[in-house]
Amino acid sequence: MAIRRILIANRGEIAVRVIRTCRALGIETVLAVSEEDRDSAPARLADRTVCIGPARPSESYLKVEAIVHAALGTRADAIHPGYGFLSERPALARMCEAEGVVFIGPTAAQIEAVGDKLRARSEAEAAEVPVVPGGAVASMEEAVAAARTLGAPLLVKAVGGGGGRGMKRVDRLEDLPAAMELAAAEAGAAFGDARVYLERFIASGRHVEVQVLGDGKGRVIHLGERDCSVQRRYQKLVEETPAPGLSEALRQSLHAAAVRFAERLSYRGAGTVEFLVDRTRDAFYFLEMNARIQVEHPVTEAVTGVDLVAEQIAIADGAGLRLTQSDIRLHGCAIECRVNAEDPANDFRPSPGTVREAQWPAGEGIRVDTHIAPGSRVPPFYDSLMGKIIAHGSDRMTALARLRQAIASTRLGGVATNLSFHASVLDHPEFQAGGVDTAFAARVLEGWPVTTERAHHG
Amino acid sequence: MSLTAADVAEIMQLVEQSSFDELTLELDGMKLTLRRGGAAEPVSGTLVEQTASVAAAAVAAPGSTPVAAPSRADPNVQDIASPLFGTFYRAPRPGAPPFVEIGSTVEEDTVVAIIEVMKLMNTVRAGVRGTVTEILARDGALLEYGETILRVRMTG
Repeated sequence: MAIRRILIANRGEIAVRVIRTCRALGIETVLAVSEEDRDSAPARLADRTVCIGPARPSESYLKVEAIVHAALGTRADAIHPGYGFLSERPALARMCEAEGVVFIGPTAAQIEAVGDKLRARSEAEAAEVPVVPGGAVASMEEAVAAARTLGAPLLVKAVGGGGGRGMKRVDRLEDLPAAMELAAAEAGAAFGDARVYLERFIASGRHVEVQVLGDGKGRVIHLGERDCSVQRRYQKLVEETPAPGLSEALRQSLHAAAVRFAERLSYRGAGTVEFLVDRTRDAFYFLEMNARIQVEHPVTEAVTGVDLVAEQIAIADGAGLRLTQSDIRLHGCAIECRVNAEDPANDFRPSPGTVREAQWPAGEGIRVDTHIAPGSRVPPFYDSLMGKIIAHGSDRMTALARLRQAIASTRLGGVATNLSFHASVLDHPEFQAGGVDTAFAARVLEGWPVTTERAHHG
Repeated sequence: MSLTAADVAEIMQLVEQSSFDELTLELDGMKLTLRRGGAAEPVSGTLVEQTASVAAAAVAAPGSTPVAAPSRADPNVQDIASPLFGTFYRAPRPGAPPFVEIGSTVEEDTVVAIIEVMKLMNTVRAGVRGTVTEILARDGALLEYGETILRVRMTG
């Protein structure tokens, strides 16, 4: 392997995750940290750390020049960007290409192709992958005409957005012009791109995504799908594989569509193609593609036995795809809960602080990806993810029972957490039956007593 | 032949980046011992026979965590921490005299270093008034954000 030292340009649980695979592969690790993360768990695990700036992401984890300078200065062969931060900013991939540092991910051009949500839509159409009815509009007149065809409610979406950001729902067509102006202004400020487009709002759908690996030369395989419908304000909270209750035909169509989409781009590395599934119509629509490893990748690893980070590194190293489609076998079911430092009693407001107590679950079929131990800090500058609890079982019932037990035995003190929310979801008859839609989490919260005392958690 | 400060710095860097934990080098009446203190600690060095400028280099930490509470006797001595991450240069150009030396007088706006990040040069100013007592950063080496560049005994 030509890659012998990797600079990890991320923090928290994903930095620990990447370091873990690097250690297993005998690859040296250099971790770029902000001042706030100097004594974090990944910093203690890395072979070397380099402090590149103060706590604020804009002055540390988002500084492309500092990250690349750190890689060059420590003689790292490659940069792993993790997820979030610079993982989907073409600037980092581009600078790596210019400086001869391997970027563990797709090409800058591919990041751009799928980062522009309108362009991604047209790539989907070209790959004969269904898209949500809608499209670009060049003028307010065009928008109003398109809206009349689409009907209400509809979504005004930012071209530069994604991941649930930059979307405005319009319930009455007469509200459209104002919503578009506001959306454009916000998009310009948030993403540096004021372009917006329209899509029909699909009220009851399921978020089903397909994990792919591409060799960058036109060959793509899939590793099954994940159902991530349990979301609060477009933020995923519980994910599982396989997606419950889908017909085999629909499942295979999703896999094939994802592979087709990625193949057309000659996609390189690990990626995920996200779809909205309308089960009543047995239809699905392309939403977007994420050109990076995702938070919820462990459930795919649990059922396939594949180390996705190791595959990322192998592809980046020029090994191509080491696995063929027939090598991918799916065993059992896996479900993941994202444990966040959030206060359910205060609208899930982030609850930064110092973790006094941290007892993560263990046992048959349980995996925990975390950077949080007793004494760890959850800083206010970054996301509130403390760890992921994944349960695997030979069937969904077993995985679910193991996960419920795991959540119940988790003890995290010193910060508020969403453990009680997870317990409510996993206890809920709709979730136990399987196949909940994206409106499910909101329904759970509506009927939820909000108290600060929730059993033994926190 | 004897070891210069630059030689010591280079040897320290080589040892730090290697998997070796200890090096003892005897050369022309000089004995250099380098020992790695622990997983996260920089290599520390001692020279038995040394000149003043070599001593300064030997005391320097090879570019990882900054010295937090320096064990100096003088409470008027201030650590000047780097406001940026990048490569540290003590002179404006290769071969030019350094911005400051031990003993140099500095004012708040005296340029003491250049920190280069991907070919962009950033000047660093002393920010205090006084006399340079130590220069800890290594010329041409990576300097972390917050790492101590030099120490100044404050005046006025």
